Amino acid sequence: MNNNTNSIVDLPDQATARIPQPNFITKENGLLSWLLTGDHKRIAILYLISISFFFFIGGSLAGLIRLELLTPQADLMATDTYNKVFTMHGIIMIFLFLVPSVPATLGNFFIPMMLGAKDLAMPKINLLSWYLYVAGGILALYAMITGGVDTGWTFTTPLSTHYVNTNVITTGFAIFVAGFSSIFTGLNFIVTIHKMRAPGMTWFRLPLFVWAHYAASILMVLGTPVLAIAIVLVMLERAFGIGVFDPAKGGDPLLFQHLFWFYSHPAVYIMILPGMGVINEVISTFSRKRVFGYTAVAFSSVAIAVFGFFVWAHHMFIMGISNYAVLVFSLLTMLVAVPSAIKIFNWTFTLYKGSITFETPMLYAFGFMGLFTIGGMTGVFLGASGTDIHLTETYFIVAHFHFVMVGGMLMAFLAGIHFWWPKMTGRMYPEKISQLAAVVTFIGFNLTFFPQFILGMLGMPRRYASYPPEFQVLNVFSTAGATILGVGYLLPVLYLLWSLKYGEIAGNNPWQATGLEWQTQSPPLTENFTVIPVMDHEAYDYEWLESQKAKEVASAG
Amino acid sequence: MNGWRARKRKRWPVPDNSAIAHAGQEAITAAHHDDGDNSAHAEHPAYLRHHFESVEQQADTTNFAMWLFLLTEVMFFGGLFLAYLILRNWYYPAFVVGSHQLSIFWGTTNTVTLIASSFTMAMGVWCAETGRRKGLVLSLSLTFALGLVFLGIKSIEYHEKWEKHHIPGLHYSVQSFVNPASDPDIAEYHDKPLNMDMARHTELYFFLYFAMTGMHALHMIIGIGILAFMIYRARAGAYTSGHVTFVENFGLYWHFVDIIWIYLFALLYLISRHQ
Amino acid sequence: MSEETKQTEHEHHIVGPGVYVAILLALLVGTALTVWASFLELGPWNPVIALAIATTKAILVVLFFMHVKYSTKLTKLTVMAGIFMFLVLISMTLADYMSRAWGSW
Repeated sequence: MNNNTNSIVDLPDQATARIPQPNFITKENGLLSWLLTGDHKRIAILYLISISFFFFIGGSLAGLIRLELLTPQADLMATDTYNKVFTMHGIIMIFLFLVPSVPATLGNFFIPMMLGAKDLAMPKINLLSWYLYVAGGILALYAMITGGVDTGWTFTTPLSTHYVNTNVITTGFAIFVAGFSSIFTGLNFIVTIHKMRAPGMTWFRLPLFVWAHYAASILMVLGTPVLAIAIVLVMLERAFGIGVFDPAKGGDPLLFQHLFWFYSHPAVYIMILPGMGVINEVISTFSRKRVFGYTAVAFSSVAIAVFGFFVWAHHMFIMGISNYAVLVFSLLTMLVAVPSAIKIFNWTFTLYKGSITFETPMLYAFGFMGLFTIGGMTGVFLGASGTDIHLTETYFIVAHFHFVMVGGMLMAFLAGIHFWWPKMTGRMYPEKISQLAAVVTFIGFNLTFFPQFILGMLGMPRRYASYPPEFQVLNVFSTAGATILGVGYLLPVLYLLWSLKYGEIAGNNPWQATGLEWQTQSPPLTENFTVIPVMDHEAYDYEWLESQKAKEVASAG
Repeated sequence: MNGWRARKRKRWPVPDNSAIAHAGQEAITAAHHDDGDNSAHAEHPAYLRHHFESVEQQADTTNFAMWLFLLTEVMFFGGLFLAYLILRNWYYPAFVVGSHQLSIFWGTTNTVTLIASSFTMAMGVWCAETGRRKGLVLSLSLTFALGLVFLGIKSIEYHEKWEKHHIPGLHYSVQSFVNPASDPDIAEYHDKPLNMDMARHTELYFFLYFAMTGMHALHMIIGIGILAFMIYRARAGAYTSGHVTFVENFGLYWHFVDIIWIYLFALLYLISRHQ
Repeated sequence: MSEETKQTEHEHHIVGPGVYVAILLALLVGTALTVWASFLELGPWNPVIALAIATTKAILVVLFFMHVKYSTKLTKLTVMAGIFMFLVLISMTLADYMSRAWGSW
């Protein structure tokens, strides 16, 4: 019963409600039934656990960075160690957390359900993806523990090939392996979305979450192999001195950067698009309105994917590419901002005249919209080559990408986890503390990263353990913010785990959301549906939802 | 109930609810008004995975998946082709002289071998589609043999490069390039001696030669391994009773590897053979 | 999904040995041609001809050995997408290399 008019939460009567049996969690027992599963939902949970593990390692490294930067001198650790810390922070957070975060957990879990399918197209490949991820992650940790890498996550040549004596090859290989995890996940999604939609589920009835993942999957499949070959070449250069990146032998270090950024720019869209997919679902549900401009949002996802391939050299403006290339890539970068902006406008129009409530997923979604907008706009400043020359390699860049990745993507990830938690586990998380955590995260985030924009404008370079003393005040603010941010991220771990045992029973559709996944039990059956549903209504069709409820009431009465 | 233990032979826990399959079939056959061949729908063949509604859907899906995988391979090799393009344009003389070190005889033989193996592979797919078990085994065996011939020739070539110190990073020697008269293998080309700088750039040519053909050979080895497995299964009739998708999809992979070689042959061996 | 399944059912065209033999011969002729052409002195046209012959052979393999001629629109679109992405990688990187003031372009 919905007691609170400020909330759309609709839970079953807690006195009589039970977690439905069987469900995908309890269907089979034993460790091997999880480690050898083909069930996309179990694989999603495996990913969730491993991703969280790596997130906290990356987060601890971030804590070390901020601790070092409390004082202008490099006094907490040797500068070489500091280089290793920020390198590993970047590698773990990007490759082992952000890239798989939403696709491998929420995408894996919900894409088949949203399509009305029983599983992804290739369940064994899905499991292989997870094992590759874990293997890559373990290898990266091994590299970190046995000496680390200090080249920065970007492995810029010829530093990484000729001048450092750290574990470049091991780490490179770790990313190579983890990259295949990403490729196989994307491959699986594309094939599933094309070939396994339920009867009646046309492309334009798909939830926008699926469109976003489709676009991200195209990027994964077409972009990641280029990273793979870039890493192979770095490994060969280091091991054998073949000369491809060695100016003395006639090679070109910039060739590595072209290959590396050809992937790594689409990679940022691989990271953000699934988060945008989550935001679609959350904003629609908590405004009780269909997403404004469905077609525009769907096409803008694909547009981001396509245009995202044309702009990579904006990471190389000062590296020695020709002025002509700078001009071309700068112009194209202006283009790629447009589809992202279209999405923000459409979400705003979705909110307009909607019945807005402020449950935790919606709080994170609001945070996303504001912070991603700021991050995105600063991206435009950086895309203009004139300003980029001054701002690149400073803290402005650091602030920019943390705004879009942490303020944007990580908030979207948390929004998604909270939104679908009841569906995945059958239990609600505690609302008050989760809203508190969302607010704490937002405050902590702004305090951490906004000063970094100013630091960048003032000229503080990135990747330096020491800095001129006049920058200290802003750095202290930033570190203080990081502490608050850490609390904000720790709280969800605690209360989400708590909710597994003590959370309220959620029922099928606590948010009264549209989407096929909400028409099934929570947690779902292993086979998702006992009968393949036939899709006969549009996406985000709240009238259809009302008529379903009316039918239920009528049949119960 | 410990379903996974009971179904150990299948290894992957699958929903054991045949009603799902039937319900799904009904939804599909209701959607299709003019169903063509019903025989595949009527039963639930052993090779039909339970998350698929029909054999056609499974075949269609796996075929599409293989094509997407080939796209990733295109992009993977693409990086090497990019490196080749740039370095060849910068150091053309070094590339010409370097390519003279490759035997056009062996290269052409290898090309013919791979094209023939593509032919036998395509014939294998035809045999699988038309239920010719013996023909399929023969075709796959020929493909396998031709693949081994290719690798054998490649190892002869690589060995020769090792003997002449033309492997980058492993005691690379520019002797043949600063003083072509000292190398009897390339006498027919009457190459002029290169200056030391350009001679050193031949190492880049050989890096590309080994990286590209090496990556290609790695894909061949994987393909030959899968072929061995397929021959073993084909003899048991696994691919000639309706389930041809494995052979078809492997065929796609094999033809792709052939296409890569067609380009490698043109780019590495045939740079400039005119005397 | 239902539409594409229908398409495959009707288009499950089995390509016969005759076509394969024809393509095999064409590929062998192409190989001979390209080897012969490399012995001619054609200046800048040597690489052009070599690549043209290689591309023709590749197209024959793709269309007939890999059955793309008889495949669904989706398969054809996928092949085009792959070629397109490869060309984007090459051409846009060349935008940098070709416009540098140094280098022998």
